[in-house]
Amino acid sequence: MSAITLRVNGQAHTVDVDPATPLLYVLSDDLALRGPKFGCGLGQCGACAAIVGGRAIRTCVTPVATVAGAEITTLEGLGTPERPHPIQQAFIDEEAAQCGFCLNGVIVTVKAFLDQNPKASEAELQQATSTVLCRCFTHARMWKAIKRYATEKA
Amino acid sequence: MVTRRDFLKTSGALVVTFASAPLLERTGLAQGPFGTRASHIDPSQLDSWIAISADGRVTAYTGKCEIGQGILTAQTQLVAEELSVPLDRVKLIMCDTDVAPDQGTTSGSQSTPTNFNERNLALAAATARETLLKLGSARLGVPVDQLAAVDGAVVVRSDRAKRVAYGELVAGRKLNVQLDRNAKRKPQNEWTILGKPARRIDMAAMATGRFEFVHNVRVPGMLHGAVVRPPSVGATLAGIDEASVRGMPGVVKVVVRKNFVGVVAEKPWQAMQAASRLKATWNPGPALPPQRDFYDHLRTQPSRDAFVVNSADVDATLAKAASVVKATYRHPYQMHGSMGTSCAVADVRDGKATIWSPTQSAYPTRAGVAALLGLQPDDVRVVFTRGAGCYGLNGADTVSFDAALLSQGAGKPVRVQLSRRDEMAWENYGFAYTIDQRIGVDASGTIVAWDYEAWFASRGGRPGYDRPGNVDTGALAGLEPQPFRPGQAAEPTGEFRNGSNAAPSYVAGRVARKAGGAGTIASERVLTHTIASPFFTGPLRSPSRLQNTFAHECFLDEVAAQVKADPVAYRLRHLSDARLKAVVSAAANAAGWDARPSPRPTASRNGIATGRGVACVAYEGDNGYVAMVAEVTVDQSAGRIVPKRFVVAQDCGPISNPDGMRNQIEGGALQGLSRALGEEVTWDDHAVTSIDWRTYHSLPLGMQMPTIESVLIDTHGVEAMGAGETAITIVAAAIGNAVFDATGVRLREVPFTPDRVKRALEARGTA
Repeated sequence: MSAITLRVNGQAHTVDVDPATPLLYVLSDDLALRGPKFGCGLGQCGACAAIVGGRAIRTCVTPVATVAGAEITTLEGLGTPERPHPIQQAFIDEEAAQCGFCLNGVIVTVKAFLDQNPKASEAELQQATSTVLCRCFTHARMWKAIKRYATEKA
Repeated sequence: MVTRRDFLKTSGALVVTFASAPLLERTGLAQGPFGTRASHIDPSQLDSWIAISADGRVTAYTGKCEIGQGILTAQTQLVAEELSVPLDRVKLIMCDTDVAPDQGTTSGSQSTPTNFNERNLALAAATARETLLKLGSARLGVPVDQLAAVDGAVVVRSDRAKRVAYGELVAGRKLNVQLDRNAKRKPQNEWTILGKPARRIDMAAMATGRFEFVHNVRVPGMLHGAVVRPPSVGATLAGIDEASVRGMPGVVKVVVRKNFVGVVAEKPWQAMQAASRLKATWNPGPALPPQRDFYDHLRTQPSRDAFVVNSADVDATLAKAASVVKATYRHPYQMHGSMGTSCAVADVRDGKATIWSPTQSAYPTRAGVAALLGLQPDDVRVVFTRGAGCYGLNGADTVSFDAALLSQGAGKPVRVQLSRRDEMAWENYGFAYTIDQRIGVDASGTIVAWDYEAWFASRGGRPGYDRPGNVDTGALAGLEPQPFRPGQAAEPTGEFRNGSNAAPSYVAGRVARKAGGAGTIASERVLTHTIASPFFTGPLRSPSRLQNTFAHECFLDEVAAQVKADPVAYRLRHLSDARLKAVVSAAANAAGWDARPSPRPTASRNGIATGRGVACVAYEGDNGYVAMVAEVTVDQSAGRIVPKRFVVAQDCGPISNPDGMRNQIEGGALQGLSRALGEEVTWDDHAVTSIDWRTYHSLPLGMQMPTIESVLIDTHGVEAMGAGETAITIVAAAIGNAVFDATGVRLREVPFTPDRVKRALEARGTA
């Protein structure tokens, strides 16, 4: 165990954990955040994504020690139910969910990608979400929400 | 812990009843088709369904839960509509066995039929409105027929200033009335909340990471568990070396119960590490039947046989037919493969248990947990708490048992979330099928006989109230799954039921001299052989119906091509059911269907080919009518199918929430696409090998998207039907038929992987 300080959604937290612990467990268990989710534990589905250094990473395969001190943003760090981030608002407007379990991975991945690539083409967005899953297959609405957000942002 | 009584006390509601007698049969109230057991919440009492607090807030209790399908919002709309209160004044409590009535399992597209017709929740809400009107009449001294229920109050029609609010009417007393079977539902043309595209109640919380899934439940003093599953199917535990994890950080306890093994630790990562480190030795199970021969293997096993229909003249009719078409269709095991692995939290202490569970079967799970733990059902509370979308029977029930066993072993609350491998290797898969069919046509090309014979593999299934061994953990802990007993088929009797859509839509469905089918073909035989499966199986979305419909709808298409008939016209020619015919026509019209026989006459054998196909089904015979036109391209050098456009027409009776129905159609269409193109459970000689998203192929968000157009047919004056399993049922067939139209190649085995498509195209080249 060792004390590790993380900056999550603008706040500093010091946790005493095994430094090999995947970041996801610290976010969801030690910090009780509900955005990042355990989907596969293998970095294959996106459910655990969070934004670190401006990029979406798979927190289920990221040892916590490797992100000590970095700025980490989770889904709840983007906005609140009362004041959602524009990408969250786009998903709300399009009713782009069924069970909602994948939303974290979808929104966080696309948000980070469009921040880095504001003029991304549809093919590039497809590539960026080629390992993001939604098993309810709410894809049609999600793409409407993504395009709505991308257009508003441009 | 908040009990129903406390909850109502603090919420100011004063209507609560704890009846102890089983009253279901006595009242004759149907509780859905899955059966119920007596419980302490009497479904014949209005107070079991609806409570109104002093400030006018309405709490409704339901035994049908939200699993992503939108029933949280739709049931809230139903109660708000019938009670004439705004949507945001209704709070729905789903499937908490301490407060909600027992409605069995949320499954089979039965939540809408069960709760939106003249019974159960709908009847309770209608009874509540009529009761409030009677109370208002007494209070205001005005006859009921001069009163109306408006915005949470009883008002005098001629003078709306004269009114009394619901909260005022019920304050200080129980309603204490029985559900009134004659209570009038609001007519559909007066709906203002139901039938409208109400926004999902849970959407903002989900999109901003505030929503509490079962994965987020935290109980004071809670520990974390991880399970150790056997290395191979059927393996039994030979020994455990507890010393192998002794001294590991955070490890609290190793729990063993026959072949069930788990570890409890302080933190989830510690539990997972200990589970992977724990030295367990296992006696291997019997070798698995080789996958490459599995469909043939099915035919050679002892089977339990059943006729769905049998007109007893099929062989004779086929012998006289102008020509006979034969084909064999195959469908693999597929998995639910939920987005999140299953999770539950259990607190088992002092002879009582509380389970926060994503199960679709709260009361049956309560019974299963009680049996596993040696408790009485009334000492177990199952609190339904949402998990990842399930689509039938994922690991939700099994992980609830895992958590219960580990909490009992540790004497503390325990949270368990399965690993991806454990979720995928041990869930209850959708059935594998092999299906032989023969169709005879007369000289005019009309079908005169349809012969269907299928072999499919089954083991376990929903645990129900008395079979926890029907899922993995129950069986590991020593409780047997439903035994398999081979047996010969008896002649069908009673009424024609097409619950699994084993019979094609086109047969007359003659049983006991009555025709109950959706079609016209009078010479018919549908014979099924159930085989003991090496893997657990269960009701994966559209169970058996999807497999059967793939075979029926593609085979009909083969015959249409043989007699050079247009696939839409040929369907209409053999159907008799007006609503099924109407959705076929509606889908064809909306798609701008190009009426002609398949394959496309200009089809080229090289490059990109384009085609269109159609399929339809009357789900479960009478629980939703749907048709789809699919347009695809086929890259013939790569064997790659790309869907371009889906047009879906659907009639499920009165529509509760049109946007919710569209969402289900869109999701069903694309989930069906993923299952058609890539999903297949695989195994080697001892274990399942499709254990993650690299070995089980789900189409990602970044797939090539078809457009999806939904045509909703809102039929008034009929029963409301399910809409969750309709569209998915016909996707593989519509795509297979479109591929045939494009290429002239018939795909008879799901999934249509590029390798398989290429092989089929190459076989065409040499034929």
